[in-house]
Amino acid sequence: MIEFEGVTVTYPGASEPVLRHVDLSLPEGELVLVVGRTGAGKSTLLGAVNGSVPHFTGGRLRGRVSVAGRDTRTHPPRELADVVGMVGQDPLAGFVTDFVEEELAYGMEQLGVPADVMRRRVEETLDLLGIADLRDRPLRTLSGGQQQRVAIGAVLAAHPAVLVLDEPTSALDPTAAEEVLANITRLVHDLGTTVLLAEHRLERVVQYADRLVEVLPDGSVRDGSPVDLMADAAVAPPVVSLGRLAGWTPLPLSVRDARRMAEPLRRRLPEVPPDGSRSAASRADRAKVGQGIPLLSAQRIVVRHGAVVAVRGVTLDLRAGEVAAIMGRNGAGKSSLLWAMQGQGPRQGGIVRVAGQDPARLAPSQARRLVGLVPQDPSDLLYLETVAAECAQGDSDALEAVTRRRRKASGSPLPTGTTRRLLDRFAPGVPDEAHPHDLSEGQRLALALAVQLAPEPRVVLLDEPTRGLDYPAKAALVEVVRSLAADGRSVLVATHDVEFAAAAADRVVVLAAGEVVADGPTAEVVTSSPAFAPQTAKILAPLPYLTVDQVACGLAVGAAS
Amino acid sequence: MAEVAGRMTGRRLPRTLHPIAWWIWALGLAAAVTRTTNPLLLLLVVSVLGLVVVSRRGDAPWARAWRYYLLLALVVVAIRVVFRVVFGGDVTTVGEHTLLRLPHVPLPHWAAGVQIGGPVTAEELLSALYDGMLLATLLCCVGAANVLANPKRALRILPRALYELGAAVVVAISIAPQLVESVQRARRAQRLRGNDATGFRALRVVAVPVLEDALDRSLMLAAAMDARGYGRRADASPLARRVTASCLLCGASGLCLGAYGLLATAGPRWVELIAFGVGTLACATGMVVGGRRVRRSTYRPDPWRWPEWGVTGCGLVPAAVLMFGSSAGLNPSTVPLVWPTLPLWPALAILAAAAAAVLAPPPARPLASPAVSPPVEQQPVVESPVKVSP
Repeated sequence: MIEFEGVTVTYPGASEPVLRHVDLSLPEGELVLVVGRTGAGKSTLLGAVNGSVPHFTGGRLRGRVSVAGRDTRTHPPRELADVVGMVGQDPLAGFVTDFVEEELAYGMEQLGVPADVMRRRVEETLDLLGIADLRDRPLRTLSGGQQQRVAIGAVLAAHPAVLVLDEPTSALDPTAAEEVLANITRLVHDLGTTVLLAEHRLERVVQYADRLVEVLPDGSVRDGSPVDLMADAAVAPPVVSLGRLAGWTPLPLSVRDARRMAEPLRRRLPEVPPDGSRSAASRADRAKVGQGIPLLSAQRIVVRHGAVVAVRGVTLDLRAGEVAAIMGRNGAGKSSLLWAMQGQGPRQGGIVRVAGQDPARLAPSQARRLVGLVPQDPSDLLYLETVAAECAQGDSDALEAVTRRRRKASGSPLPTGTTRRLLDRFAPGVPDEAHPHDLSEGQRLALALAVQLAPEPRVVLLDEPTRGLDYPAKAALVEVVRSLAADGRSVLVATHDVEFAAAAADRVVVLAAGEVVADGPTAEVVTSSPAFAPQTAKILAPLPYLTVDQVACGLAVGAAS
Repeated sequence: MAEVAGRMTGRRLPRTLHPIAWWIWALGLAAAVTRTTNPLLLLLVVSVLGLVVVSRRGDAPWARAWRYYLLLALVVVAIRVVFRVVFGGDVTTVGEHTLLRLPHVPLPHWAAGVQIGGPVTAEELLSALYDGMLLATLLCCVGAANVLANPKRALRILPRALYELGAAVVVAISIAPQLVESVQRARRAQRLRGNDATGFRALRVVAVPVLEDALDRSLMLAAAMDARGYGRRADASPLARRVTASCLLCGASGLCLGAYGLLATAGPRWVELIAFGVGTLACATGMVVGGRRVRRSTYRPDPWRWPEWGVTGCGLVPAAVLMFGSSAGLNPSTVPLVWPTLPLWPALAILAAAAAAVLAPPPARPLASPAVSPPVEQQPVVESPVKVSP
């Protein structure tokens, strides 16, 4: 169905090709998962399938890509629209119309499908994706999962033979992601659609894949069955990491397979994760929860957006040395709560106290000394042309905040270079002259974090920081978050990523419809709910292990005794 | 009348009227308005517009804009009057009923014809008021069309030759609210950094992220439209393309000329009619030739049935009566001051346009407009709130 013959792609101005001598032949009706580190060229590979690389992005493509016998050299994306359906990362950015029904019909209108056929296919698509009750809704009022399903439906209605999805679940909460993936697997099984899918959170998809394509850092590509490739792939979900650690063959890809092999491992592990493992559920951490000095105290917070109550009387204390995670589905009020606690967001009721002050009553430059917030899209904070300029600006912004308070006190103010030092601590080796827009997601997040931490706030809030991060970048973020807590700060992370929460957080707060439905140590909260349990916990239950690191530590202790 | 309307709405299914019908109706009234400065007739037109808008608008965002058009109309009237008071008028309208005297600002001789301040007469004021009301009523006509017809649906039924133009406008319409949204987001984010500055610095601080965001979004949208087949076409020969372009150009000029002549009352009537006819013909040819190269279909096209004919017709009645009927009483004199009278036939013609409120079917409303996100997704299973006891 899709043929790559000796494909090499080089973008203008780049010295090295993104893809190098790619030979691939993907047959009909397969679910193909594309994996690789961030920036390895996954999106380029996907874009080459419908010809938007190089027709739309520019650059030079050598070799030959053909889909259903059509060469992308002679067929620009619009001429392949009836064969290839493309769904991007942000569904909202790709919507052309305003309403669900019109969006579903848009592609068919372009293809000139007769009106009566179009009407029938729109109805079929509404049913296929389970979105019939949304038909009259404006697209902007849909939740993230609903938008993603409409976006998939919009390309499916034109009956393409190939469906290409670039990180379809990256912005979704676990439950919504499962629904979208269930829809995709159903397409493969019922309609025989060929699906090409790139995804960072492999734990969600790897068990459904028929074939894996790994894009290596040098731009070459290897493909094979998921079990073979996962044995030594650069990115691996926890279930695979655990399988590698325990030496299981064949490597399990799903929780079910792993659980059947896990019996001997469960016997080798101590009842309780040993204290040595610096991770969430250990006994020391559990004792620590609720022990530190409260740095931020929020009581009965209410946030309303018009008629919608986003946060409904939430009471929360953040303590020194503690990492807390806020979880909950899209639209549960996580961001609103974070913004209200920082003082810049709206807050219609309740009290926030940080060091005896209410940050909402302070000037923004003072509030950020108490509470630092990194928003969902860190690039909103950055506006200068180079990393060096951002760092210098970060220093002077912070200086302003600090000197306003310490003007009378003697002593040198903030030393210059603070922001750069923080950046080097979080993400070493970011070049000074790079444009913030060109950095990888992880580096950009590190820069925004460094800017926000320069005036040394003791409370740090992170809104959805793991979006777009691969496993190594996420592991680095876990280290950063833990080290901030070790400095005596309090960190609160709003996240959908259960694996990240399990590895980083001491405490998990679950929000639903603006109310706290669970608040307690990570191990207790995440294991009590299947939607929020990490893979390791599902495999090793009833043992309270949450991460592969803990298991490694437990094995070491078990071997020693 | 009311009873009939009640029975008819009971029998007729709610649906949206063809947007072109609304536009013709509103433009018919607008054409009638250009013929008169009689404040009574103008007020009558605004009342008719108001009646139809209130009874036949939907509840989409653009349908709530009527009050803003009215507000804008009042502003137009006010500006017109204030300007006339401050800068004086042309000499012909200066009358004898002086109301007040503003201090006169002497201007150098090269500014002849412009005067600031000086006496303000009732005649001057009244003529400014009439002019302002004319402009305001025109504005209300266009506003009513915008409120009654979904602007995007109106663009969708543009002739196929103009499809690209329509798509560009649609994209621009959708980008505008997104731009406002991202400005708000960037401002909020910058306050997190302690930037609550205003002026040039604030502009730079907000503009860079917003423009980057807008550029990214438009590129993504363009890529998505391309991937979904936007701009597919059958190959057009260079000859066909040239014929299309020249036909459209000639047609548009002809239409402009004809419309200007018809509305401006200058020049012989038959020249204008011919220009109008030739322009229409050339445009139609261009559309047909150009439309042949675009191969696309329309999902659920708006039907054109008897309500559309009815609304269109009752909009054209005032246009015809005021343009081709007697012009007695249409332009009440301000020098000397005369109390305006209500001419019978124009008034009846304008009232006829109000029939649209009954002829048009009731607007389709969505069954329920649920809140931002209804609980479709499953609740996460958490048995009971787990609380930490310290």
